[in-house]
Amino acid sequence: MLLRLVIRNALRHKLRTVLTIVGLVVAVLAFGLLGTVVDAWYAGAEGASSTRLVTRNAVSLSFPLPITYREKIRRVDGVTAVSTANWFGGVYVSERNFFPQFAVAGETYFRLYPEYVVREDDMKAFLRDRKGAIVGRKLADTYGWKVGDIVPLRGTIYAGNWTFVVRGIYDGKDRKTDTSQFFFHWEYLNERVRQLFPRRADTVGVYVVGIDDPDRAAEISRTIDEQFRNSLAETLTETEKAFQLGFVSMTEAIVVAIRIVSYLVIFIIMAVMANTMAMSSRERSAEYATLKALGFGPGRVGALVFGESLAIALIGGAIGIAATFPVAARFGKAMGSLFPVFNVSEGTVLLQAACAVTVGVVAAIAPAIRAARVGIAEGLRAVG
Amino acid sequence: MNDPVVEIRGLAKSYRRGGQIVPVLEALDLDIGAGDFIALMGPSGSGKSTLLNIIAGIDKPDRGTLRVNGTEIVRLREAELARWRAQHIGFIFQFYNLMPVLTAAENVELPLLLTPLGRGDRRRRAELALSMVGLADRMTHYPSELSGGQQQRVAIARAIITDPTLIVADEPTGDLDRVAAGEILDLMVRLNAEAGKTIIMVTHDQRAAERARSVVHLEKGMIRTETDAP
Ligand SMILES: Nc1ncnc2c1ncn2[C@@H]1O[C@H](COP(=O)(O)OP(=O)(O)O)[C@@H](O)[C@H]1O
Ligand SMILES: [Mg+2]
Repeated sequence: MLLRLVIRNALRHKLRTVLTIVGLVVAVLAFGLLGTVVDAWYAGAEGASSTRLVTRNAVSLSFPLPITYREKIRRVDGVTAVSTANWFGGVYVSERNFFPQFAVAGETYFRLYPEYVVREDDMKAFLRDRKGAIVGRKLADTYGWKVGDIVPLRGTIYAGNWTFVVRGIYDGKDRKTDTSQFFFHWEYLNERVRQLFPRRADTVGVYVVGIDDPDRAAEISRTIDEQFRNSLAETLTETEKAFQLGFVSMTEAIVVAIRIVSYLVIFIIMAVMANTMAMSSRERSAEYATLKALGFGPGRVGALVFGESLAIALIGGAIGIAATFPVAARFGKAMGSLFPVFNVSEGTVLLQAACAVTVGVVAAIAPAIRAARVGIAEGLRAVG
Repeated sequence: MNDPVVEIRGLAKSYRRGGQIVPVLEALDLDIGAGDFIALMGPSGSGKSTLLNIIAGIDKPDRGTLRVNGTEIVRLREAELARWRAQHIGFIFQFYNLMPVLTAAENVELPLLLTPLGRGDRRRRAELALSMVGLADRMTHYPSELSGGQQQRVAIARAIITDPTLIVADEPTGDLDRVAAGEILDLMVRLNAEAGKTIIMVTHDQRAAERARSVVHLEKGMIRTETDAP
């Protein structure tokens, strides 16, 4: 029955309560979305495998490495496989359609990336077709590509018009897997580069190096880099995760800003909610005084206020969390391949729930104390 | 007089208003016997409510002793006092003080939440009490759906549901028209005569006072006269 009192009190000023709940929904939703953006930012690094190293030109990523390094790297102790990837940077129809394209060493690349799941027949077809391409599920869905479709790309780094045939669509092994990438054969790229820009032929962007023991990653990286010390193209080898984080850390400041904003939003709704609760509890002084006269202790009276605040916060929080999923899905789609992986994580949901509860509790503290301490004689006098 | 339910000796109370001390009650003595129905009268501001509140354990005197049903209530700590009130005092207020979000039956049931009674028992008792005040057909009505007189009857049902030692009523008819006031007074007289409840009623309405067994006049913080109602 006290619960009934709490719920009905919460619904007493319908408009006020509804507005507060709407505020909470928006705050919790915004918090969840911003959290998901931050997660998406780090998703590449999250999905990184600890058994893969990336070897790039020590000067900068934009300088290539000779293809001849492949054999030397493969011979390093602890290395199980070596593949290559070149950033292609082509444009599909319009500049707006951005997605990552890589020319890869087809046979080895997908063995190093078991999280890109391709049907066996499709993989065979891909390996047979020098113009073949394997594309991610999300990408295929976005542009409506099916196996057998021809995809034209306009080269920017490698000028000219290129056409590829979709030979397979890969699915992610789990939700963390980026399925917005486009892969094709390095041999095809190299063939044409040899004709068009002979000086740039026989080079790769990065080597992807499979290792047997993640604990030896640092040692193996050092060994690889030593192979090429004092050569024309010195290398820098690091774990895939470190490599991915290298992209992210440039934008660390933005991530921090996003986090601050998301907590600010929660803080603001907390202030709004505290004000709502203070108003309600002030209006009900006489009721709280009456309850105390009847023998209800300060604890129970305070609990009524807490209960009301928590009820409102939980309703708002629940709706906000529920709304996060569809909104994030649409948001992720709208962002396209800027955030290839855009999933609301369990951690984000837990944080949202924690924020809602915190808002409910903190907002109730002052009004609850006030209600609990209301002087009975004074509170009753307030009526008459 | 029967053995007193309320025994007041040398009771004093003053308020502080803007640096000045305003005495409200001074060295007041008063006995109220079991089964009595007292009308406490006096001009506005004479301290009637203050006295009633002190007797009911929701205000504290500055000095003096106050025994209610043998308990020296001035000495009780807040939590003990709250428990004591829940057991021994039934409140009737001028403005009824019902919870607007609870139905008549729920309002009446409220004090029983502080007892070990189960849900079913509480509900049954609340229905019984509402029937006693003639509101059996208004159980699920909210206060806003009831007239003033009906609301006050709900409040009376709430006041008697725990079977308290003492019922205190501060201007219970002050907000009602004559007919409704008459009904409320009838009810209180019945509670006193038939159920043997001890009642203290603050009023400045002569007609209300006439229904009590005895009248106590309060003036300038002192009991002026104690008369039996005509
Ligand atoms: N909390 C308070 N602070 C200051 N003065 C008060 C307070 N409560 C009552 N008073 C004063 O005490 C006097 C008696 O009040 P009250 O007992 O309510 O009188 P009555 O009920 O007889 O009208 C009045 O002068 C009133 O203004
Ligand atoms: Mg008064």
